Amino acid sequence: MGILEDQQARIDQLGGIGCGRKRKEDARFIQGKGNYVDDVKLPGMLHADFVRSPYGHARIKSIDTSKALALPGVRAVLTAKDLAPLKLHWMPTLAGDVQAVLADEKVGFQYQEVAFVVADDRYIAADAVDLVKVEYEELPSITDPFHSMDPDAPVIRPDLDGKDTGAHGKRKHYNHIFTWEVGDKAETDRVFETAPVTVKEQIWYPRNHGMPLETCGSVASFDKVNGELKVWVTSQAPHVVRTVVSLLSGLDESKVHVVAPDIGGGFGVKVGVYPGYVCSIVASIVLGKPVKWIEDRVEHLAATAFGRDYHMTGELAADADGRIQAARFYVLADHGAFDSCADPTKWPAGFFNICTGSYDIKAAHVTVDGVYTNKTPGGVSYRCSFRVTEGSYVIERMIDVLAQKMGLDKAEIRLRNFIKPEQFPYQSALGWEYDSGSYEAGLRKVMEVCDYAALRREQEEKRKRGELMGIGLSTFTEIVGAGPTKICDILGVGMFDSCEIRIHPTGSAIARFGTKDQGQSHRTTYAQILATEVGIPSESIMIEEGDTDTAPYGLGTYGSRSTPTAGAAAARAGRKIRAKAQKIAAHLLEVAEDDLEWDIDRFVVKGVPDQAKTMKEIAWAAYNRTPPGLEPGLEAVEYYDPPNMTYPSGAYLCVVDIDRHTGEVKVRRFYALDDCGTRINPMVIDGQIHGGLTEAFAVAMGQELPYDKAGNLLGASLLDYFVPTAVETPRYETDFTVTPSPHHPIGAKGVGESPHVGGVSAFSNAVIDAFAHAGVTHLNMPYKSSTVWKTIHTLNLDQRA
Amino acid sequence: MIPPSFAYRAPASLKEALALIDESGDDAKFLAGGHSLLPMMKFRVSEPAVLIDLGGVPELQGIREAGDRIHIGPMSTENEIIGSALLQQKCPLLPEVARWIADPQVRNRGTIGGDVAHGDPANDHPAVMLALEADFVLRSSQGERVVPANEFYFGTYFTAMEANEVLAEIRVPVLGPGTGYAYKKLKRKTGDFAIAAACVLLTLDRGICKRIAITLTNVGPTPLRASAAEQALTGKAIDDAAVENAAQLAMQICDPAEDLRGDKEYKTHMAGEMVRRAIRQALERAKEAK
Repeated sequence: MGILEDQQARIDQLGGIGCGRKRKEDARFIQGKGNYVDDVKLPGMLHADFVRSPYGHARIKSIDTSKALALPGVRAVLTAKDLAPLKLHWMPTLAGDVQAVLADEKVGFQYQEVAFVVADDRYIAADAVDLVKVEYEELPSITDPFHSMDPDAPVIRPDLDGKDTGAHGKRKHYNHIFTWEVGDKAETDRVFETAPVTVKEQIWYPRNHGMPLETCGSVASFDKVNGELKVWVTSQAPHVVRTVVSLLSGLDESKVHVVAPDIGGGFGVKVGVYPGYVCSIVASIVLGKPVKWIEDRVEHLAATAFGRDYHMTGELAADADGRIQAARFYVLADHGAFDSCADPTKWPAGFFNICTGSYDIKAAHVTVDGVYTNKTPGGVSYRCSFRVTEGSYVIERMIDVLAQKMGLDKAEIRLRNFIKPEQFPYQSALGWEYDSGSYEAGLRKVMEVCDYAALRREQEEKRKRGELMGIGLSTFTEIVGAGPTKICDILGVGMFDSCEIRIHPTGSAIARFGTKDQGQSHRTTYAQILATEVGIPSESIMIEEGDTDTAPYGLGTYGSRSTPTAGAAAARAGRKIRAKAQKIAAHLLEVAEDDLEWDIDRFVVKGVPDQAKTMKEIAWAAYNRTPPGLEPGLEAVEYYDPPNMTYPSGAYLCVVDIDRHTGEVKVRRFYALDDCGTRINPMVIDGQIHGGLTEAFAVAMGQELPYDKAGNLLGASLLDYFVPTAVETPRYETDFTVTPSPHHPIGAKGVGESPHVGGVSAFSNAVIDAFAHAGVTHLNMPYKSSTVWKTIHTLNLDQRA
Repeated sequence: MIPPSFAYRAPASLKEALALIDESGDDAKFLAGGHSLLPMMKFRVSEPAVLIDLGGVPELQGIREAGDRIHIGPMSTENEIIGSALLQQKCPLLPEVARWIADPQVRNRGTIGGDVAHGDPANDHPAVMLALEADFVLRSSQGERVVPANEFYFGTYFTAMEANEVLAEIRVPVLGPGTGYAYKKLKRKTGDFAIAAACVLLTLDRGICKRIAITLTNVGPTPLRASAAEQALTGKAIDDAAVENAAQLAMQICDPAEDLRGDKEYKTHMAGEMVRRAIRQALERAKEAK
């Protein structure tokens, strides 16, 4: 039986799953009516600024705050000495390390926080920063992680002196953090010894940084009378922040009120806890006044968590037909001066072990060594907090390297190695159970739409004329939605997520979640899930997040986890509502529950379509005519512990033309086919994909945070750091296949990370492919015109006729 | 990103502005569009005690024709340069260059005078002024002097202008109908400085290069005039070999600063490439005009 006209009209009216309704967030934002942390203004509020280290590595001989304190309007200058009695000069990181809140006797990276100045206004604070005199004794810096474990390397962390064991096992050297191994080493090595073909490549994923429009900040307000602390903070995970603040301060968690108001972009940068948050809280407790700290753009780029910085050695072993038999990866991970990653506790290299990608590889082994350097800590951002990007990048690069070595086409080698639909659920050699995927169908669709064969022919002809054209493919598989609580936790709190929904008597609703939107459109899409599940129009469902006093506990939004976890919680909470609604409807219609069936927005007596109760009617009855023994009201709570991760995938194709005489790379075409399972809102998905691809473009083409040998960070401002404008950004074509997740209540997989994760490989592969005929198998990002030109020039590809 | 406190003055006449700078001494700075000075102040690289805003000085506004010259008020914004019908008709090089500067928002505030007088080798107008052989009128309370653009730039942020002087007028020639012109700029992205740029002005006489100016942006401490390249082309037919020779000669005078946009070798080669492209475009335009 098809859908009747009346039913279609009611489906349309609901605005549920699958409809492309406009974002509910935008009306406020485009009118400047957002409410960000920096918009919080409290009576008597003080303003703070940091004194930061000019050196990458130095001993602090003395700090003289007297001149700063003498400046009218300065209320306090906090140093490690002031925080020490409170035991707050160091804080635990989410990675099991500790990090100096204010530098304790030495600094380990340039721009490290040394002193915290609190003043009546932001201008006085900035002037006072200049008046704090810090005497440093510069020490030799390590900025190349390959030298971190040299026998005579400078000691970056004297506080760890004598500690042979860290949070993740044995430490090999005083600048070593952890070794993480996964997979069957013996079997992998054995396959490599006998395989007909092997390839090896050294691949660096450079250090970069997310670029939310809003930088990080906090406003802390301690109420001395009631002993309560309220903190507004730029956090993607406000509930975790509250737990951390409670643990650090000793205040009852119930007396700590953490609010993440509107967040202007996160991309993983806003997962961790930063010294600025801690200092604003301490200052507020000490001074009894609200204290605001907002970092500027340079501080954001220089001192707030970076992304990536993975030096990866990739190896593949294949049979004579290019079928991969084994994969071996070694990673040297540059973590900076403290291990401030924000991976789930047991995963020091995140989910890097997704690095067998979309391919059926029977044997694999991964080793990751994390080391300290004199650089900013982090490794959290961006738009993939858990090292999935690095893992996806290395396999997508390596499969190209293998194709090149074997003289195989880069699409053909993928088709030969894909995990086939009938192999799902697929057990990967590195421990994951992939839920579902249609990899071959996706790539074939892209090849057909873009006429891949014709592109290769064109490339062949252009090469004869000396022109440079590259075709990049990326057929990535993502792992998102952390996670099952049995394997994933943050500081011991399992990585579930939650939804509370309450239906009001007149049939509208409010739903609250443990996640936190930063641009992902939760208000729009969560309401759509609930609309379909409970039969109330999405327009009538309010969505709230971010206030830890009202929202249910959740682990927040990063790693594309909101739809897989909280989205699932929404669906299941909705189903609880519906189950109770069915009881009420049966009571109202005087039939048995089993005689009713759900029909879009109502319960109908089977076979008697005019005998029905709409959800709106049922909601009213829930407050006055519940059946005997059933409590009044209509609300539900769901804490959802996912049984598995979800595995979104995609097939991207990128075509670039390179100017041989300037090194400029022009993206001619970018075709992105994504499979995120069930699609909740196609317009929001397109927005996510456009944004993620643009970040991927920026990463591939220009973003970098290089250091000189002395530990100076070069280019920590938007004068240098590459943020593309609409002029540089390529045009994107988007497409999709739908392979629902079998274990997710609505089959959705999450999509936020995919375009960034998959996009970087596509751009990178395209640029390198342009040089394949010259024997080039790899070039490190970013592909600035200067570095691309150098390749061209070195290979003599810029000869003039 | 917050400057130290400073006094702000907004004179209503040139006379008042010059009196203010005299009384404020070395700690004062003139403020034009502010797109270089204000970021420097926010980074506390520049810490003037007094800022004298030239925005309300009527004598520094306007673009007008004066015989075979065009007199440009230095407080003309880049968008006013782009929109000037007079310049579009009589000196189309300037509107074309201004389109390459920053982005529309910046061009609404940024001025041609600020761009010219700041002494930043990354700015685009200085090399163009060299090619145009423009004159700069400098005024102080003591009087007025005219300095040719080609004698104005000494080093990075170091020009012929004294601290008590203001750039009162920019005088550029009306370009004859047969003049070919081009400004070729390589940049990473909208709003960024040039990796390298080249300006070319040329006139032909029956296919022979009668006169040519070749100048370079951001490949030395000042804008550069590629005199040897100019001489090599003057009096010759401009064929591929001549273009290549000029590019090579231009590259020889480059001494760019290395940064994340590229090292010396790259920037020097890009200066050469921009010269090639600018000569070719100027040549085409000169031929079209015939």
